[in-house]
Amino acid sequence: MAERLRVHVDPDKCQGHARCKALAPELFELDEYGNAHEAGDGTVPPGLEDKAWLAKSNCPEIAIDVIEE
Amino acid sequence: MSDVSQPTAHPPVTDWINDFDHTDPQWTDDPFPIWEELRAASPVVHTERFLGCYMPTTYEAVREIANDTEHFSSRRIIVRDVRPEVARNAAPPITSDPPVHKPAKQLLLPPFTPDAMKKLEPRMRAICNELIDGFIADGKVDAAAQYGKYIPVQAIAHMLGIPESDSDLFINWIHMILELGIKDENKLLQAVQEMSAYFRAHIEERRSKPTDDLISYLMNAKDKEGQPLEESHVLGSLRLLLIAGIDTTWSAIGSSLWHLARTPADRERLIAEPGLIPIAVEELLRAYSPVTMAREVVKETTVSGCPVKAGNMVLLSFPAANRDPKMFPDADKVVIDRRENRHAAFGLGIHRCVGSNLARMEMQVALEEWLKRIPDFRLDPAGTVTWSQGTVRGPRQLPFLLGKAM
Repeated sequence: MAERLRVHVDPDKCQGHARCKALAPELFELDEYGNAHEAGDGTVPPGLEDKAWLAKSNCPEIAIDVIEE
Repeated sequence: MSDVSQPTAHPPVTDWINDFDHTDPQWTDDPFPIWEELRAASPVVHTERFLGCYMPTTYEAVREIANDTEHFSSRRIIVRDVRPEVARNAAPPITSDPPVHKPAKQLLLPPFTPDAMKKLEPRMRAICNELIDGFIADGKVDAAAQYGKYIPVQAIAHMLGIPESDSDLFINWIHMILELGIKDENKLLQAVQEMSAYFRAHIEERRSKPTDDLISYLMNAKDKEGQPLEESHVLGSLRLLLIAGIDTTWSAIGSSLWHLARTPADRERLIAEPGLIPIAVEELLRAYSPVTMAREVVKETTVSGCPVKAGNMVLLSFPAANRDPKMFPDADKVVIDRRENRHAAFGLGIHRCVGSNLARMEMQVALEEWLKRIPDFRLDPAGTVTWSQGTVRGPRQLPFLLGKAM
């Protein structure tokens, strides 16, 4: 069975580069300052796994975790 | 002031590893082999020039410094020949350290979110097309002076609410601060004074007639205690937005077009797959990052195992970090569809460029509109490409021939 993924943004590391929002808009949201957090509880809907990894590998602050559950 | 020293001429560099100089013509012309040589020598190199200055040469060393605000201060952010007293509120938040940095930064962030930039996008498209209308029939253009320059000028003038027709003034101030100011204190002071007077006049006008722009926004902003910002803070932030918003994106657009003029395969790919342009913009930002920042060592420490001593400056070269092959496979090549790209073109850590979303939007729109209307272009063999010196690197003369080569 395929593993379920969950994304998480470390708010202490995020500096608002907003790469995750550009690459995986379904998985991330920005606050009024442009800093990112995961959408909802971070669960990655089926089919969006690649976008989750892409967001992680483009975050300059290494602020994104992809957790395999 | 009469005691301000005259600008100094720098002797040419013969030993890059122990005597680097980012104002040397060789660096201006082609810095990439120099960075490779320095990186092979050590993660941190030092020069006695600029009253003592280090340079981290690896991505990791640049990240360490950018994240260490205890040992590395942002009170001086340009490596220069002189170190005059630091003015309070020089250009907050870029010249601020914790704890005053965060509130100053948070003030500026909301007007620059991706959503805010989307609202500006149609106007930027119209501006790009007007600029193209102005030269497309000529069959040739200086893409730096006639195109790349005016896109950020018009964007930032619009956001600040100042006349676009003053753009030559802005460009001259920036040249005096970022280029001439490295060696000539008088030029820097003169530009700062002129800018402050310019913005003071705009602030005065808005006292009786408030407007919907960033000048009014900052005039009405409150600090943590609910008090209006000091005038020096408002002026410092306005100077920052004007300086940081123009040369930088002008350079990035110019370098991108320079690359595309010389690389027909990438050009054709982006025309066939315009959806790839945002990814390509990131790669062009990595390969030709315009902005080098600075820090001042305020407490002795080590970086990547190398000791650094207080009192020295640090040339914080994000462009060199972005060419580190340990971080980026094929770092010296433009891989136009690079998927993994943690480039540091907009800095790392708390000083991440406040205008990064604006710059990205401008670059995407500038390339999209250009490629739609000018699919074929090349460097004009009869002209010369020139590059700016020092803190911000990009083409300042970029002569192109438009249309298919005969």
